[in-house]
Amino acid sequence: MKDDGYAVRAEGLEKRYGEKRALDGFDLAVRAGTVHGLLGPNGAGKTTAVRILSTLIRLDGGRATVGGLDVERQAREVRARIGLTGQYAAVDEVLTGRQNLEMFGRLFHLGGRRAKARAAELLEQFDLTDAADKGVGDYSGGMRRRLDLAASMILTPAVLFLDEPTTGLDPRSRGEVWDAVRALVAGGTTVLLTTQYLEEADRLASRITVIDRGRSIADDTPDGLKNRVGGDRVEVVVAERSDIPRVVKVVARVSDGEPESDETELRVHAPVTDRVTALTDVARTLQDEGVRVEDIGLRRPSLDDVFLRLTGHRTETTEKEAAA
Amino acid sequence: MSALDLTGPAGHGRVYWALADCWNVVRRGLTHYRRQPVNIAWQLGFPILSVLLYGYVFGSAMRVPGGGDYKDFLMPGMFVMTMAFGFINTATVVVYDSTKGVIDRFRSMPMASSAVVAGRGVTDLIVACAELAILMLTALVMGWRPDGGWGFLAAFGLLLWLRFALIWLGVWLGLLVPNPEAAGGLFAVAFPLTMISSIFVAPQLMPDWLGWVAAWNPISSTAAATRELFGTPVGGGDSWVEQHALLMAGVWPVILTAVFLPLAVRRFRRLSR
Repeated sequence: MKDDGYAVRAEGLEKRYGEKRALDGFDLAVRAGTVHGLLGPNGAGKTTAVRILSTLIRLDGGRATVGGLDVERQAREVRARIGLTGQYAAVDEVLTGRQNLEMFGRLFHLGGRRAKARAAELLEQFDLTDAADKGVGDYSGGMRRRLDLAASMILTPAVLFLDEPTTGLDPRSRGEVWDAVRALVAGGTTVLLTTQYLEEADRLASRITVIDRGRSIADDTPDGLKNRVGGDRVEVVVAERSDIPRVVKVVARVSDGEPESDETELRVHAPVTDRVTALTDVARTLQDEGVRVEDIGLRRPSLDDVFLRLTGHRTETTEKEAAA
Repeated sequence: MSALDLTGPAGHGRVYWALADCWNVVRRGLTHYRRQPVNIAWQLGFPILSVLLYGYVFGSAMRVPGGGDYKDFLMPGMFVMTMAFGFINTATVVVYDSTKGVIDRFRSMPMASSAVVAGRGVTDLIVACAELAILMLTALVMGWRPDGGWGFLAAFGLLLWLRFALIWLGVWLGLLVPNPEAAGGLFAVAFPLTMISSIFVAPQLMPDWLGWVAAWNPISSTAAATRELFGTPVGGGDSWVEQHALLMAGVWPVILTAVFLPLAVRRFRRLSR
């Protein structure tokens, strides 16, 4: 396996925990200098994959390289080239932001003076200078996420593993984190972003690998993936079951594909490209025809839709919700 | 800053960096205490309260076999108890670091992984020195008058030696229990284990079988040995283990380390599985 323009490569990764196969022949190829999304529901194997690639756990089968270095045999060299954030690795909550960054700097062997200088630089870059000397326990979610990123950036890693970086953040902090990630990539860092949200992968990644039950089941651009799912859909919920055939006819006029209807949920939906025009068109026509509409809207394809299309089964969380 | 620029100044080998990494982990541990000095107060609260309770409330009712003042008998016991409870502090910090992902961040960095555990141990020993100093000052204020000189230093050393052995028990338990709340429950286990010893009461005053268990409790040997070295009442006892308290105060920690150090290291390695 050569370092041919790929920052991360995994071939046939296997990891077993007793009977359970957390990874079952997982493949991944991440081009250097890009953001690559790793998309999958809870329990699909995302975390296991990243923990192997970041040398935290050993693999049972297959091979993996980061920056051309074998994660098993050259673990120490790999560690010098990676950054890790999110649920995989944390900062110290008792120390201040500055103390954290200086400590990690010294542990990256920068030496005292350079560790101090680098910490000040990163605090500035991630807009944490004002909170630098406050305990991390008092930080807001967004500040903590930025400190987490800063801690992973001490040596400007070749590859950054980024785990659901904006989950639970308000829109402003989310934008800030996204900006920070884009700035990193502009600086030459490759990012492997794991997420459960198609939207987040769509916003940041130029390529997405979908993982299910320990295997990669698709590897495509965000647009390619959405095209497979069928893009946005217009969705109408009616009050009377007898109205469904009329609604199907109206929706069919604006949709790109055959409308689907659900008799029990009184729901009709169909893929559309000209989103807003299609929606207003359907709404106006149904009003003119006097159909009682309970709900109408545009729905973006969710991870669940991607899964349903790619695997024929729903994500396990949704299956459980449906069973409950 | 280049990603390859990581080994630091040329000419330093692995040993240098292992020591430097260890020291940086120690600095972190000590900074925790500097930022939360109340933690030391918590750790000392129980032994100081015990001294007050046992020394003054029960003091006059307590008897020391072979004679002597109960408070003089009690003080070394308090030092031993503080060292013995120390494993709970170790476990609490380790379980917190491992569940919150701090240990994982250390392990994902190009530092010596031994420094994670070694740094914890050195921090705990430094803190133990501070705790002993505070407790001994308190004891002096209350009228405790130990012999000075080499005996005193040897007793101090034996106390740290016990604490050192229990670091590995703490690390092992810290990696074993699932969450910080569970680590709090360790106190419920540790308390009876310290009671069934010679810390508060001489074993020969207990029922036969219990006295036998108390005498063979590893911390009893440290308590008896330090009492002897401080020149304070020992409380007698004619079983073999009580007659050889000095020897056993040296041997017990070796046994504890031989058992729990490998367990702790194995558990730490298992994090990679």
